[in-house]
Amino acid sequence: MIQVQDLHKSFGKLEVLKGIDANINEQEVVCVIGPSGSGKSTFLRCLNLLEEVTSGEVLVDGENLTDPKIDINSIRSRVGMVFQHFNLFPHMTVLHNITLGPMKIKNMSQSEAEAVALPLLEKVGLSDKAGVYPDSLSGGQKQRVAIARALAMEPKVMLFDEPTSALDPELVGDVLQVMKDLAEEGMTMVVVTHEMGFAKEVCDRVLFMDEGIIMEEGSPKQIFDDPQNERTQAFLSKVL
Amino acid sequence: MEAFLNSDYIKPMPYLLEGLVFTLLITFAGLFFGFIIGAFTGLGRLSKNKFIYGLSSVYVEVIRGTPLLAQILFIYFGLSQLMDLNMHKLVAAILAIALNAGAYIAEIVRGAVHSIDKGQMEAGRSIGLTKNQTMRYIIWPQAFKRMIPPLGNQFVISLKDTSLFSAIAVGEMVYKAKTYYATTFTPFETLTMVCVLYLLITIPTSIYLRRVERRLDV
Repeated sequence: MIQVQDLHKSFGKLEVLKGIDANINEQEVVCVIGPSGSGKSTFLRCLNLLEEVTSGEVLVDGENLTDPKIDINSIRSRVGMVFQHFNLFPHMTVLHNITLGPMKIKNMSQSEAEAVALPLLEKVGLSDKAGVYPDSLSGGQKQRVAIARALAMEPKVMLFDEPTSALDPELVGDVLQVMKDLAEEGMTMVVVTHEMGFAKEVCDRVLFMDEGIIMEEGSPKQIFDDPQNERTQAFLSKVL
Repeated sequence: MEAFLNSDYIKPMPYLLEGLVFTLLITFAGLFFGFIIGAFTGLGRLSKNKFIYGLSSVYVEVIRGTPLLAQILFIYFGLSQLMDLNMHKLVAAILAIALNAGAYIAEIVRGAVHSIDKGQMEAGRSIGLTKNQTMRYIIWPQAFKRMIPPLGNQFVISLKDTSLFSAIAVGEMVYKAKTYYATTFTPFETLTMVCVLYLLITIPTSIYLRRVERRLDV
């Protein structure tokens, strides 16, 4: 589903990604862990070109994102993204947040878009919030709306950028549950997270990043129970 | 009643109200075009295109760095001479307000758009909207709300600025007052009424704006 070859990304003189190679298969759930500043989020943001790639290749759903002729909007509509700070549209109701994409990009009528949105709201447990504005929601509810908004475009891959980092601890569970359900349905997911419990339980594969490269990767069991790399060991000893 | 209507305060009113019509006409028409100019220039100031950015910046700096009276004279006399035409005073006045307010509105627009969290643009782009669509459906509606209070202030400023058009004999309120008291020798009474009329517009506008500001919570 996603192939990344020798991906480099620099901000000015600062090289944040120093050659990333990764493959993400269909229906796979891959967690990216690592200390802050390791380039995890930047890596994720390169997968839908929210960050311009400096060099290397990123193939998503068979299309090369680094090809200058690529229709990036079409790719992005197939790659859902969930942000740390939700980024809901505050001037629109919850329902309108979700229907905007289908209406403007897929040219659905309002009733068609609502027929897509309402079951998604039910899925994330917020059917009763369709008519309210995001300001009146808790952080966990906002994030679940954000997930529904991304799902409304029927993406083939979902990218999660620290989806629970901005939440109060008691609200994390609901969001993780929605993500877990999604994983069980077979959604391809790339999750940058600090939730080691989630990584252990739900992920098929864990990538440990540090200093702009993937230092170690493997099954959750390998990474958490028997890390080989010194950096991985040091990081895990701090967070577990 | 007779005495009231014949007082030196009330007698100039028909002239002043006639002037007020022009004052309001110039203000509204000027700000209408000024907003269009300001919206484009404000977005130009946010553009990554160096040429567009440069052009917008030069315009904003030139207008903000020169006095309005000089701009008015420049447009009415200077441009007429340069282009060898006889510009209508009212056209010159509306043009002057539009160009002047446009520069200030550009800064209002730039500030408001800039103040919208960049996560909003990213969220819009990430669901597949183009940059223009995101601007139109997501950024602009939020930014516009934040523009309302400063645009209201600009309305008050431009309204008062129209008094400078007395310099080119546009029949707005101050010019009407001047021609009136030149024959009646009652400048105190006449100008008092001019100020009262301005305040009758500016004070309610300010109160209304404060209320809007509180309601928008911006």
